[in-house]
Amino acid sequence: MSRYRQQIAGRTYAFDHLVDVLAKASPRRSGDELAGCAAETDAERAAAQWVLADVPLVDLLENPVVAYESDEVTRLIVDSHDAAAFAPVAHLTVGGLRDHLLETAATSGSSAALAALSPGLTPEMVAAVSKVMRNADLISVARARTVRSAFRSTIGEPGRLATRLQPNHPTDDPRGVAAATLDGLLLGCGDAVIGINPATDSARAAGDLLHLLDEVRTRYDIPTQSCVLAHVTTTIELMEAGAPVDLVFQSIAGTEAANRGFGVDLAVLAEAHAAVGELDRGTVGTNAMYFETGQGSCLSADAHLGVDGRPVDQQTLECRAYAVARAFDPLLVNTVVGFIGPEYLYDGKQIIRAGLEDHACGTLLGLPMGVDVCYTNHAEADADDMDTLLTLLAAGGVGFVITVPGADDVMLGYQSLSFHDVLAVRHTLGLRPAPEFEAWLERVGLLAGDGRIASVDAGSSALRQLAAR
Amino acid sequence: MRPEGEAPDFWTPLRTATRSRIGLGRAGDALPTAQVLALRSAHAVARDAVHLPWGADAIERGLRDLGLEVLRVASQAPDRATYLRRPDLGRRPADLSAVPEAGGAGPDVGIVLADGLSAKAHDDHAVPMVAALLDRFRRAELRVAPVVLAEQARVGIGDHIGERLGVRTLIVLVGERPGLSVADSLGAYLTHEPRAGRRDSERNCVSNIHPPDGLGYDRAADVLLGLVRGARELGASGVALKDRSPAGGEIGP
Repeated sequence: MSRYRQQIAGRTYAFDHLVDVLAKASPRRSGDELAGCAAETDAERAAAQWVLADVPLVDLLENPVVAYESDEVTRLIVDSHDAAAFAPVAHLTVGGLRDHLLETAATSGSSAALAALSPGLTPEMVAAVSKVMRNADLISVARARTVRSAFRSTIGEPGRLATRLQPNHPTDDPRGVAAATLDGLLLGCGDAVIGINPATDSARAAGDLLHLLDEVRTRYDIPTQSCVLAHVTTTIELMEAGAPVDLVFQSIAGTEAANRGFGVDLAVLAEAHAAVGELDRGTVGTNAMYFETGQGSCLSADAHLGVDGRPVDQQTLECRAYAVARAFDPLLVNTVVGFIGPEYLYDGKQIIRAGLEDHACGTLLGLPMGVDVCYTNHAEADADDMDTLLTLLAAGGVGFVITVPGADDVMLGYQSLSFHDVLAVRHTLGLRPAPEFEAWLERVGLLAGDGRIASVDAGSSALRQLAAR
Repeated sequence: MRPEGEAPDFWTPLRTATRSRIGLGRAGDALPTAQVLALRSAHAVARDAVHLPWGADAIERGLRDLGLEVLRVASQAPDRATYLRRPDLGRRPADLSAVPEAGGAGPDVGIVLADGLSAKAHDDHAVPMVAALLDRFRRAELRVAPVVLAEQARVGIGDHIGERLGVRTLIVLVGERPGLSVADSLGAYLTHEPRAGRRDSERNCVSNIHPPDGLGYDRAADVLLGLVRGARELGASGVALKDRSPAGGEIGP
């Protein structure tokens, strides 16, 4: 006899396990279909959402989706759970939590109330509640919760939208990187981080790029941080060698096995966190970790199975990655939402939904969330879908987004946002750059009187020498 | 309206250092019209490369003109939409009855063309790339199996085909995922003793074959011949072979 049953239009739908309920209640996406855990019909999905809405939150706490004994991410979630913070909602069901969050979001002082709740929420609770939320609910709840983080600039203030300037180059050519960096700065981008994905993972190449970015930053006294997104072990090596490391980057996922696939575990992340803390290079804050995540990363590493070998849905696993991130007080966390391809998120609708889920769920768990609003050429998505997602995320108060010249990342071969896209959405919604960076833009003559980014001639700008090398 | 009709400016010399879309100008906060259309055109070409069927008949004729026997196989993905959603189906053949089963030791080398994610890559490069390979294999006195055209297919389908052909080394030429600046790039994956269940770490890859801008046919074929010889000598492909090969297992951009 199945434990979970629900009738829809005269037909009874049964679910064996909480893991199945979570998966089948998830809004439709190709990755769950690939994993074989998605609802087979819309009615089955609706039935699973009814069932999930009635599940007590304590059931999610007491029944981990991945076994405690075999997974250190589960152990982190369970062992760090704050029972006192959980107490005010401990009597609620998943559906009750949705109503509670939306009621809280509609009151003044919502951010403090949601912040107090964060340590009491587990990734599974947050994933579950998102599955019974509409897109508008996700936006309301995310907007209601302010998460600030800081290093040389402050991310997450209400009314601000920061950007990662991503000047990638297929061969890490210093002139090419500098040219793209200049282009972004002139368009008011780079306040969250100037961050490069290196073409190779050699420590030497990463070190060269770090020195290049550090030289640009110090020469123009830019209140931002730089990052070369090498593997965490490479960055540890670079810190030991005295390289100018501001932030430690790592891709992470929601199971111990998937993290092992990335070549990391909690111990090595803790080692890096301690090492970068000792460098103490921040001026307005001490958050120095940068994590990227994305739905589907566990499945692509064949590390998505939970208790009894049941496949766990990709959105629940994504939320578990946020538990890893929040253990290390990050400056920046972003989901690379449309990068993974159509076998995980098939089209614009699925990418938009996933982007809103990731932003809201990460924010509820207390993370300084950003999103790489992006797509690949084999997904059923285009720049119009990215406009939609960016506008919705900005309405929800997203901390930062990724930007590349002309939306075209010539190294990674996918499309993210252009610098221009951010100018436009900042103006549409009245958003401004990070405060320290905005003051710098004014000092170097890039801020117009009305607070917009001035249209300046690159050749006569204060930064024109940046790309001369 | 032309995307690059502008007079030389501050950015012109910098564009020699990067293909990034730098210095695009502004129309208010947005991109100028020509830049919006340029990006949309590049995306359209990339999407067409993914979605339009390859010219399998023309490719087959070209291969027969090289004196090769050509066979056709389809994957278990019935259409493009399913293929994109279900990479597992693209790795498995629907029916291998067209492929002769080797009794005992088969030919030395097999070549499979898998359409992958770019039809255009094969339309532009498959026949001359196979010709360059064939030239080297014949001179090295390696026996070449019939070439197999696999539709709605990913690299892994070659393991099933190569196993049935009984080849010692298999090369799969696959259409790589199109980018905005290159939509016709071909990749070559080499597997020693192909059989179902081989892992990607047991393969060597030569990517970015798309002359004149990318890797040329002759250079790619030289590297692949070196890898074939190395794999036969070592009795393995993949990470172990890459570490020994001076050419490297991978040639990137």
